[in-house]
Amino acid sequence: MASGESITLTATRYSPEADVEPWLQSYVIPYREDMVVLDALNYIKSYVDGTLSFRWSCRMGICGSCGMTVNGTPTLTCASFLRDFFPGEIVVEPLANFPLVRDLVIDMSDFMHKLGMVKPWIIRDRDKPVTEGEYRQTPAQLEEYQQYSQCINCMLCYAACPVYAMEPEFLGPAAIALGRRYNLDSRDEGALDRLKVLATSDGIWDCTFVGECSVVCPKNVDPAKAIQQTKVDTTIDWYKQHLLPWMRR
Amino acid sequence: MQIQRDMATHGEKDVDRIEPFWWGLFAAGGGIAAMFAPMQILLQDLLGNAGVPVATSSYRRARRLAANPLVRMYLFALTSLSLVHWAHRFRYYVMDLGVTGARRQIALVCYGTAIAGSLDAARIVLRLPGRAR
Repeated sequence: MASGESITLTATRYSPEADVEPWLQSYVIPYREDMVVLDALNYIKSYVDGTLSFRWSCRMGICGSCGMTVNGTPTLTCASFLRDFFPGEIVVEPLANFPLVRDLVIDMSDFMHKLGMVKPWIIRDRDKPVTEGEYRQTPAQLEEYQQYSQCINCMLCYAACPVYAMEPEFLGPAAIALGRRYNLDSRDEGALDRLKVLATSDGIWDCTFVGECSVVCPKNVDPAKAIQQTKVDTTIDWYKQHLLPWMRR
Repeated sequence: MQIQRDMATHGEKDVDRIEPFWWGLFAAGGGIAAMFAPMQILLQDLLGNAGVPVATSSYRRARRLAANPLVRMYLFALTSLSLVHWAHRFRYYVMDLGVTGARRQIALVCYGTAIAGSLDAARIVLRLPGRAR
């Protein structure tokens, strides 16, 4: 139902063919209290300015496509209501720390590369023949890694991470959390393989435990916890190896 | 706002062999500094000076206590691990403040200070008389 009120939404505009650097454009659009920022962007795209570019898909916090910076905070625009800002202005910018492609669209190649680095799949020394049945798991074993399997690859944690902002080599919160997710999976045997990527100076040891990744995560994955736990495990292994070599796992 | 960024990505690097050593001492230092340093200050400085008859309420009693080898080991652990905790945290604070270069030198200064302080703590603890006078 239309309330007759309006709200101002300012969005980053950038066209690599025409612009030297990004600039801001403001739009005044009808306000409804049940609208989210993504609805507002789609309203602009449909009725005001069809040239505005942004990524989105599911509109329900599952696909992880519509992450943008809303009034300075990395957030899913499909989960960010206009009423939380009304009657103030809303400023929508692309996710920080990524190269800009156009308007609100960032280049996610680096993130995709890093996700692949941690081998986010079940690694087995020897696959069981199908005739031997499935790999069974107890609820407790599922609980071990389930929290880390909720990641939707929205990249908000990378946009919020001050270490990634300074050091693009940093493996980053989501990739490390995903690596830990598979290392904790009782069906997996690839932990040592993944540690070659995780336990490096560009991996867990680059993290200074600022914790912003966990603050902005829309799925409560808590990547900061994953990083800290991996540091603890790696350290215990190191001390076992050097002080108690006969006790090493 | 960044249009281009040199995305170095995550290259193949060796597993860091020394960081777990420092991080282990950092974690132990954090635990001991958080748990025992406030107790030490409370007993030795606040309660003792307030006239509460704790074991460290007088210099003589504190000295007698420090004659025990276990107490000396505790005093050394409290001092040295707290120093290493500071060194590691401060090294990362410097990074958080935006200093990304000279990593080896910064680590050298931080851990070097902690090692020097620990050696001095060891010297003091070892020179304490074995029996209260």
